[in-house]
Amino acid sequence: MPRKLPALNADNRAFWQGGKSDALLMHYCHSCTRFFHPPGPVCPNCASFDVNPRRVSGRGKVASFTINHQPWVPELNEPFVIAIVELEEQAGLRFVTNIEDLAVEDVFIGMPVRVRFRQEDDVWLPLFIKE
Amino acid sequence: MLDRVYEKDVAITGIGQSEIARPSQLSGMRLTVDACLEAIADAGLKRSDIDGIACWPGDNNNGNSFSPVGPNALQNALGLQVNWFGGGYEGPGPLAGIINGAMAIASGLCRNVLVFRTITESTARQSNKEASALSNKTQGRDSSFAWQWYTPFNVLSASNLIAMYAQRHFHDYGTTPEQLAQIALNARRNAQVNPKAIYRTPMTMDDYMQSRMISSPLRMFDCDVHCDASTAIVLSRKDVARDAPNPPIRIEAIGSALNQPWSWDQISLTEGAAFDAGKMMWSRTDLKPSDVGAAQLYDGFSILTMIWLEALNLCPKGESGSFVEGGHRIARDGPLPINTNGGQLSGGRTHGLGYVHEACLQLWGKAGDRQIAEHQVAVTAAGGGPLGGSLLLVKD
Repeated sequence: MPRKLPALNADNRAFWQGGKSDALLMHYCHSCTRFFHPPGPVCPNCASFDVNPRRVSGRGKVASFTINHQPWVPELNEPFVIAIVELEEQAGLRFVTNIEDLAVEDVFIGMPVRVRFRQEDDVWLPLFIKE
Repeated sequence: MLDRVYEKDVAITGIGQSEIARPSQLSGMRLTVDACLEAIADAGLKRSDIDGIACWPGDNNNGNSFSPVGPNALQNALGLQVNWFGGGYEGPGPLAGIINGAMAIASGLCRNVLVFRTITESTARQSNKEASALSNKTQGRDSSFAWQWYTPFNVLSASNLIAMYAQRHFHDYGTTPEQLAQIALNARRNAQVNPKAIYRTPMTMDDYMQSRMISSPLRMFDCDVHCDASTAIVLSRKDVARDAPNPPIRIEAIGSALNQPWSWDQISLTEGAAFDAGKMMWSRTDLKPSDVGAAQLYDGFSILTMIWLEALNLCPKGESGSFVEGGHRIARDGPLPINTNGGQLSGGRTHGLGYVHEACLQLWGKAGDRQIAEHQVAVTAAGGGPLGGSLLLVKD
């Protein structure tokens, strides 16, 4: 099944297209020297406009996960793993993704992972594999 | 210290509910009208007494099965003349209609506000099994504020996100599937004595454990059951409520706070908005969790009931698993009966106001075969993730 893709705009384009250069780009506030997500025009912590996308290592660990078994739509290729990955750069810096290339029952909270991009149309999805 | 707690000027005076069917042959509007006219009559009022309408989420200008009828359509259908009306998805979850309606009364806009919630997801699924998939929320590319971060990863149901809350709860607190099962088993026991409930056949622990996995660790019986239904609540100004046929049920305190990001994955995975709402609610009353005689707690997914038990301080944080162990504490004859009509897991996904309806029936002693011991204080709460609202209700 083709994945539902996001509509790109000035705020989210770096996150969804960074993979074109093999870079995971997370929004960073230079005023409070912290990353934030989802990306936006202003830092939600200090309201500074001094923000821009910044490359991170792409390494992190699984904060939580679920194995989806339900065929919500045809050709979903269940079971598959949905996870929230927390990046190594900052506690709480995290997003929803998939963990691929492993037996679904092998995933666990705390599992080290690294990013691997998959291009679909003009979007580079940041998926993760076991480190 | 707050100088005024606005909700104390407001009481529930009437309740109504349509049939709860899977599916119903009636239109969403007919279900809504059935619920609303019953609630108005129950409050001892006439249509002309209603001067406000509130709803969560409203029809979102598309009238899909999640909420086919909004305040605009109802005002038209019932020929209501109102000072204020409103709806919309944004807000503290499925109880937002009550919270907004109470504000309209307390601010002097209205004397009697009709609050309702209609859902026709069962009918929708008759013709389209994919009707509940999140990928159908928008056409083409996803430009939504929230879902664009989830649907590209084939998160196609809220169950996927809430399953990750459950997984984290299991990890952090040692909560077990057998403990989680107690929410579903309790709901089914209560549904067996509710003639309107969808699932009324007995369910055992084995039945639960053998039900198919939807999104681990959530099984089919951890997920609520789609239905077609409408529920309505009449809110009245305190002085107006004194003349009503039912003893007024005062809104003692409201929880509607959100002190974390509105997000399904940036918010605390084990607390959600529920903890913010619970903290706010208890800050607006002298009553204590030990005063609560019954709790009607959102069970769109069983883990959310566990989170609400903790968020409302009905048990210590992280201990909802041991609290519900064996099911005795939360049973109808236990110290804290919960979801006495079968909740949404077995009663039907009325989505929010069903909990308020049941809380009132129990407070008024009108719950029939499932009536629990007399009590004066009930709590209701609804929502999961970034959605969370709660009401502390008192019958004097």
